[in-house]
Parts: sequence; structure tokens; C-alpha cells
Amino acid sequence: MSEIGERVKKIVVEHLGVEPEKVVDSASFIDDLGADSLDTVELVMAFEEEFGCEIPDDAAETILTVGDATKFLEKNAKS
Amino acid sequence: MFDLTGRTALVTGATGGIGGAIAQALHAQGATVAISGTRREVLDAFAAKLGERVHVLPCNLSNSAEVEALVPAAETALGQLDILVANAGITRDNLFVQLRDEDWDEVIAINLTATFRLARAATKLMMRKRFGRIIALTSIVGVTGNPGQANYTASKAGIIGLIKTLGAEYAKRGVTANCIAPGFIKTPMTDALNDKQREAILAKVPAARLGTPEDIAAAAVYLASNEAAYVTGQTIHVNGGMAMF
Repeated sequence: MSEIGERVKKIVVEHLGVEPEKVVDSASFIDDLGADSLDTVELVMAFEEEFGCEIPDDAAETILTVGDATKFLEKNAKS
Repeated sequence: MFDLTGRTALVTGATGGIGGAIAQALHAQGATVAISGTRREVLDAFAAKLGERVHVLPCNLSNSAEVEALVPAAETALGQLDILVANAGITRDNLFVQLRDEDWDEVIAINLTATFRLARAATKLMMRKRFGRIIALTSIVGVTGNPGQANYTASKAGIIGLIKTLGAEYAKRGVTANCIAPGFIKTPMTDALNDKQREAILAKVPAARLGTPEDIAAAAVYLASNEAAYVTGQTIHVNGGMAMF
């Protein structure tokens, strides 16, 4: 897993309180990791903070899985 | 009980009777306060009176750019924002059929829309910290209605609904949202009443006196405190028994 992927995984584990082994690229935040819509908003805010980038609403809507987040941040992360 | 040492608060409309008393009471309980209003010199004089742990943040809530900038400015000044008291409000009274669009729009913009935008910005900060207190000033007339105040009562009723939704969404994050609904309070606004008007009002108040800004401030201190953690989405009526819900 990439360095960004590891950081994404760490944030997801912390925010959702899930087992690290469940946080795989294909895991859906809502369907597999038990997040509600507010959790997903918080995750996006946490990603923005960690990676120093802005995630616009239309991009946030396409981030449904751990892999989606990693892919987006590999392209857009500033820190 | 009700110790606010180490907490930080932003109070809008702090140059008014009620806002000033709330800022003073939060400060007296140990909070660091950012006081906001439109009149810089009045804020500066108030800050000098309070002494330490005070920041002055002038803001015109009818200017949307200034509204947007206020919470970030408070966070910068205070380091974090634990308590928002959305107190500022205006009246533009007229009979319903004569109420002008611009008087409707202005009251809704300052009383309701600015409250929404400040609360939205504050909640974003508070949900990350897992602690927050949103306190909005509504009014008894937001629940009962009042002749001549369709715009004002609509804005105040709107605040009650907004606060209920906010309370429901963020309760799990340690952020509470509540309203305080004053009845008739002794402020420059009610000082303008004549004796006959005053008597007519007092006849409806079981406590047989006007409320004081300090009566309202005490409710704000409670809602801001750790002790009120299990209270959210509520409206506390402080009105001397004038209306009971």
C-alpha cells in the first residue's frame, strides 16, 4: 500500500473505530464500515486537514470507498 | 458547577443589553470571550471594562462576507471556539399588510440567515473537537406570534426549527444546540415603551416585573456549561411566567 494509502487507512480506523484489517481498498465507508452520512462528511474534513487540500462537494460525492479516497488524494494531496 | 474556565465563546450583538450581559456572565464564569457587534467604540469600551480574556471582533451581520469571516476570526483570536451565542437581532415592525419586502428580507437576513451561517461555521469546528455549545436567542413572540412583527416572529420561529435540527444532527459529537426565548426584558428597546404600554405588559407577567438581561445571561451560562451536556434542541423560556409551554 502507498504511503498515502496508509495515512488514509489510519484516519478511517481512527474516525470510524473499525478493525484495521477491514479497511481495504474495496471497502465502502457506508456499506462495509458502518459510516453514516455525517461520518462521511467528517472523513472528508479529516482528509482535507491531513493532506492540505480542498475536496469539493462534487468530488466528495464520488469518494465512496477507501480506494476512492486514496486515488483522489494521490492526485490532489499537497502535504 | 457551571465553571467555564478554559472555554472560549463568541457572542454576537454584544453591544446590546442582553448580549452584553451574556458576554459578561460567560466571562465571569472564566471563559475567554470574543465580543462582536457593529459599533467598534462601544465594543472597545466594553472590553476595557471586562479586562483580560477579551477579544473585540466588529462585524456587520447584514454583510455576508463579514458573516462568513466572523467565526474564522474568532477561532484565530481564541485558538478554538467552544461556545457560540448567536444573539444579534433587529426589528423592522409593521402591520402585516403593510410590511415591505425589504423589511422582511433584512430581518430574515440578520436574524435567521446570519444565525444559520455562523452556526454552520462553528459546528464544523466543534464537531472535530467533539465539544460545542450553540446558543441562539429566539423570543417568546417566535412561539406566540405578535401583531406588527410578522418578519421578526418568522425569523425567531425559524431559529427554533434550525436549532432542533442542529441539535439532532450533532448530539453524538458532543455539540449541543439550544435556544433561549426571553419575554419582556428591560433593555433600551423596552425603555422606549410608555407607562401605559408597560402596565399592559406587566399585567400579563405573573412575576409582575420586567426581566433583566442578567436573567437571560444565567440561562446562557447554564446552556454553555458541561452540566448542560444532556440538554439539546430545547428552548428555555425566561419570561416571568408570561407564557407557559
